[in-house]
Amino acid sequence: MGKPSILSPFRAIKYLFQKPVTLRYPFEKKEPAPRYRGFHLNDWEQCTGCGNCADICPNEAITMIDVPEIEPDPDSGEKGERPQLDYGRCCFCGLCVDICPPGSLRLSRDYLHIHFDTDTFTFVPQDDKKDCETFLPAEEYSILKASLTHRRRDYEGFSSDLDYALFEPERVPMAELPAEERKSSFIEQVIGYSTEEAIEEAARCLECELCEAACPANLKIADYVKAIYEGDSARALRTIFEDNPLPAICGRICMKHCEDACSLGLRGEPVAIRWLKRFASDSVQDYRETLGIQPGPATGKSIAVIGAGAGGLALAYHLRLKGHDVTVFDSLDAGGGMLRIGPPRYRLPEEALDRDVDFIASLGVEFHFNTTVGKDVQFDELLQDYDAVFIGVGLGVSRTARIENEDRAIMALDFLEQSKLDTRPEVGRQIIVIGGGNVAMDVARTCVRLQEAQYPGEETSTKTVCLESWDEMPATEEEIKESKEEGIQINPAWGPKAIILEDGEVKGLDCKAVKSVFDEDGRFSPTFYEDKTMVLEGDMVIEAIGQGYDLSFIPDELSLEFTERRKVKVDENGMTSIEGVFAGGDIVNVNMDAVTAIADAKRAAEGIHKMLSQH
Amino acid sequence: MEVIGRASDTADAGSERELELYFGPQHLGMVGNFSITLKVEGDRIIKATANPGYLHRGFEKLMEYRTWIQNFPLVCRVNVIEPDSMEWVYARAVEKLAGIEAPERAQYIRSIYLEMARIASHLFGLWAYSNMLGFDTPAQWAMYHRDLLLDRFEELTGGRVYHIYIWPGGVRRDFPDGFADRLVKTLHSIGGCVPDYDATFFNNRLFYERAHGVGKLTQQQAKTLGATGQTLRATGMKYDIRKVEPYAAYDKIPWEVPTREEGDAYSRVWVIRDEMIESVHMIFKLLDAMPEGEVYNSVPNPFKWRIPPGETYVRCESSRGELGLYMVSDGGDKPYKVHFRTPSYPHGLTILEKLLEGASIADVGNTMISLYVVAPEIDR
Repeated sequence: MGKPSILSPFRAIKYLFQKPVTLRYPFEKKEPAPRYRGFHLNDWEQCTGCGNCADICPNEAITMIDVPEIEPDPDSGEKGERPQLDYGRCCFCGLCVDICPPGSLRLSRDYLHIHFDTDTFTFVPQDDKKDCETFLPAEEYSILKASLTHRRRDYEGFSSDLDYALFEPERVPMAELPAEERKSSFIEQVIGYSTEEAIEEAARCLECELCEAACPANLKIADYVKAIYEGDSARALRTIFEDNPLPAICGRICMKHCEDACSLGLRGEPVAIRWLKRFASDSVQDYRETLGIQPGPATGKSIAVIGAGAGGLALAYHLRLKGHDVTVFDSLDAGGGMLRIGPPRYRLPEEALDRDVDFIASLGVEFHFNTTVGKDVQFDELLQDYDAVFIGVGLGVSRTARIENEDRAIMALDFLEQSKLDTRPEVGRQIIVIGGGNVAMDVARTCVRLQEAQYPGEETSTKTVCLESWDEMPATEEEIKESKEEGIQINPAWGPKAIILEDGEVKGLDCKAVKSVFDEDGRFSPTFYEDKTMVLEGDMVIEAIGQGYDLSFIPDELSLEFTERRKVKVDENGMTSIEGVFAGGDIVNVNMDAVTAIADAKRAAEGIHKMLSQH
Repeated sequence: MEVIGRASDTADAGSERELELYFGPQHLGMVGNFSITLKVEGDRIIKATANPGYLHRGFEKLMEYRTWIQNFPLVCRVNVIEPDSMEWVYARAVEKLAGIEAPERAQYIRSIYLEMARIASHLFGLWAYSNMLGFDTPAQWAMYHRDLLLDRFEELTGGRVYHIYIWPGGVRRDFPDGFADRLVKTLHSIGGCVPDYDATFFNNRLFYERAHGVGKLTQQQAKTLGATGQTLRATGMKYDIRKVEPYAAYDKIPWEVPTREEGDAYSRVWVIRDEMIESVHMIFKLLDAMPEGEVYNSVPNPFKWRIPPGETYVRCESSRGELGLYMVSDGGDKPYKVHFRTPSYPHGLTILEKLLEGASIADVGNTMISLYVVAPEIDR
């Protein structure tokens, strides 16, 4: 190669006559790319304050701060906090955007902040939905004033994309019996996670703890899910037992308020917390050995518990650990209360129920079964003989719809109870279930199974009818879906009028169309179109429209007080208006489920222990 | 030249005419946080001691305290000039330890992205070199052309300098609509200026006279001293990790490894020029061959992601030579140990010191920048 030329550089002269390539800022502005990672935007309506952005930030630039105008609402997973950014630390990597479960946190294309005060670098981002003063339309925006509080409207940059999110939006599918198979038996429908599946599902948890605030019993969910993820089911179970001594039961039939609050559920599926609890319980051979729990040293105090349901069992457990003597009275012949009567075996097998009950019994709790308070033993005697009394009787009386020929209808609880006996009740070929709640679905689905057994190969039908429309039905979506899968015909927005009899035989149900169920104040007050009627054919009618309590065993002179919603009134220790008498469960709370009863029991146990320790 | 010197008064310092000079870090001929202590006799350098310790951020240690994903904003900052190959080695090491693979389209995107980074980095290098030698015009062009590429990076990743784009399991987002066309257009406009660069710089007699024979290395010396990249290829050795140990999609398309024989500063800069042109052609071929499909196989939740115990070494051909990453996992949610083998380490320390022995003071910056030393890489 020869030596290069000395004249060739003159070629560059042509550039003298060309337009400069540099921008004359601020008169010419460069438009950032649509994916630009600039200052944050946060949709306060979508944001739940879960704090995952703060946890992932490698620079600790994000702090969660209390926002007074946002009311925390644990049930819906609203923490009442919002992220605050310190732009002195932020490196605009966008990890916070990719971890944000609701997708509320995005980055904008704004990047200019001009201010003399360095404190202004700390900023709580919102977006143009709420903050009209900061986010200005093009005609009001001036680049000369550009700052964190003078920004452009509709100027989104790097935003969340579920396909590239740092969390897994879909849960590990739970193996279940197919509808056709489960219809023919009472075998448990949900098969349960294998160890690998449980670990994979537990790995989805972001540990934001919104679930813990939503759980009535405030279980340490993030901790036990983490323990499961680490393969330590024993530790998981010990964590669960701190707040909930019925994991095998709750792991199957809990109303899972936690999953409603789970931040992953906002754009995907919540972590399967209930199934993970079930896994923790099922994967441990022996509770006693694993937990290493012993009753506390004897205190000489004794407590009578009326009702061996979720509340009574949990209370007995907590008080035994404190060393008190606990005696439980129940009219049934085994522990579990409504848990034994209500949930059909395909949802809650007897073994699971027995497992939790037997463990609590093994701690030295004395059970008096087949003993009805008010009949076999008087309430006054309990008050005299024991240092404290806990009422956890639940709602054991079926309500009726007060329709014509009602004496021919069968009551839901009686039916469910009988269906669990070896001598299962005979059912009709065409069954009508009145009610739109979970109990009605339990009844209808039990009927389908009994029909399959009693009329194999024959044509049978089960229908439900309820006042509420599809949107108003109190049954969970899951139950409605599974009922439909099993071939149950649901007739919402129809009110039962009369049971039609022909020669003394049930022939069907006369129904009228519902105008509205609730009045303007949201109170139950159904109205009907009297002229619009329908006849459902059937040879058996079961009523499942709700349950009430029977507290007639409490003498009137003790004057037990009630709340406006006809619930037993208790104070912050769980004590009723009668000194030394505590209460919990469905007669006290409005949730009327197992986990809330367990929460009530924990509160009452602490109240009782405090009271007994003072004397 | 801003020189602070003092007559050495120690007995064993050699002749009375010996001086100690500090070249950098505040020196105009110095790019980056780096300095060289020169022992000179007249204009001759007797001994040069490289001093890289001005930008120590403790990244390797910091990374032991951050989760696998949280380390991405750190790892790219090891090298400001070309953060992308850093991202690749880190992501690949994590993938290897965790036993995950990126989808095929992501492999192509990674290659395209790494080649874009190579061109941008070489343009930066070209700016540094021509600017230092006093060729202001091509230096300004190189900066402008690099900026055009940064626009494409911004469009693809959201960031101009620190892109944080390659992730374990693939890349962070797919190409935006029309990105490939705009990238091709950008590369054409840069490629169209190659004759101008040649005329003003590469074929400029002044550049030839200034760089020819400066900092000359034989192939044997280059190999012994641990040279890689264009420093090695300028001595006639056809060694490129993209060929030797193909990664991403480099084995899916045909391409050439440019080399020169002379081994001096002049040939090193020519190799950089040829490499840039080859990279442009590679991107065109990769864009044509790129399949449709997914670009990201999702990785576990970063708060719970634990990687099985093990160790791995991953290397790639960065714009300056062989970039390696040694990583150990103890089964936790953070790396147990991360260590970089950066190309500037041998180039900026052992080779530079060796080449400066006997050189003239005027050639210090010339030699240093022709070796493409990036100081933040040496001292993480």
